[in-house]
Amino acid sequence: MSLHRQFEDAIRLGRLVALATVLTGPQMGHQLLLWPDGTTAGSLGDPLLETALQARTEEFFAGRKPVRLTQTHPAGPVELFVDVQTPPLRLFIVGAVHTAAALVTYAKVLGFQTIVVDARTAFATPERFGHADQLIARWPAEVLAEQGLDESSCVVTLTHDEKFDNPALAAALRSPALYIGALGSQKTHARRRAALAADGLTDTDLQRIHAPIGLRIGARRPEEIALSIMAEIIAVVNRAEKSPTGS
Amino acid sequence: MRELLPTMERWRAEQKPIVLATVVKLYGSAPLPLGAKMAVSAAGEMAGSVSGGCVEGAVVQEALALLQQGGSKLLTYGITDELATTVGLACGGTIEVWLELWEEAPR
Repeated sequence: MSLHRQFEDAIRLGRLVALATVLTGPQMGHQLLLWPDGTTAGSLGDPLLETALQARTEEFFAGRKPVRLTQTHPAGPVELFVDVQTPPLRLFIVGAVHTAAALVTYAKVLGFQTIVVDARTAFATPERFGHADQLIARWPAEVLAEQGLDESSCVVTLTHDEKFDNPALAAALRSPALYIGALGSQKTHARRRAALAADGLTDTDLQRIHAPIGLRIGARRPEEIALSIMAEIIAVVNRAEKSPTGS
Repeated sequence: MRELLPTMERWRAEQKPIVLATVVKLYGSAPLPLGAKMAVSAAGEMAGSVSGGCVEGAVVQEALALLQQGGSKLLTYGITDELATTVGLACGGTIEVWLELWEEAPR
């Protein structure tokens, strides 16, 4: 299989991968496919260049974004581009409500993988959520615990029902999830904080919850609320990219 | 790149060769980040963007020329003050675009 096809397949499967290209000099156009485990495919056409680049594999994947670099070489500096491709961010939406349907639409446009979870089968129907990547009609807290929430996961709770939302939030707070947001007023949130604290979560944990959810744009209709949530998630994602070591 | 794959897959099924353009350097303010991509089919169709619309037309022309010659090419687009009609970036920055034959014609 060609290098380009391998690169495409890796992206399609949501794997971390990088394609390095020589932009200048006699080896111009040569390409090397890099994997996080150090294996490679293809060739840069020059052993010196290839060794120098491979030595930086870890750095490329830690950075999680494309890099332009100039590599010193006895025959003169060589320009290279390393196109690092990361798995898509995942957005878990708890509550297959009207706002969730609009949120899936926005998130898809922005390249998120969308997973809608709601134990109530009357809500979680393919007719309403055919556009989501995944629709799971089970207890949200169980699903979130199984899904291995990581630093590229976002969780939003929208059910308006504490018996679904609170356990789901607890599961999210026990993970390194990048964004956690909960729908509900200040009053609801105060009650929620008390319930979660009784469940053993600390003040520091609870401060991770964005509530009331969304940027303040005066949103009223479900579609507007979805937009304000999406905007808040993007703000958090962009801040995290600027300071990868944390706030 | 991910968002271009369905379109590229369709072109491939239609046996159209594909050129891929990637932003490989930014100087100053530029509309799209490093790594932004646009794919161009042999029929002149395009998917994605390298500059949010400023230089796409010129890139398509270069891509169609590359389909004849094969290989790859490094292009630079910046603001041009000599000729108002020459393509440039409205934001005043400069970008380098790497153009490569991504999918050859089927044999």
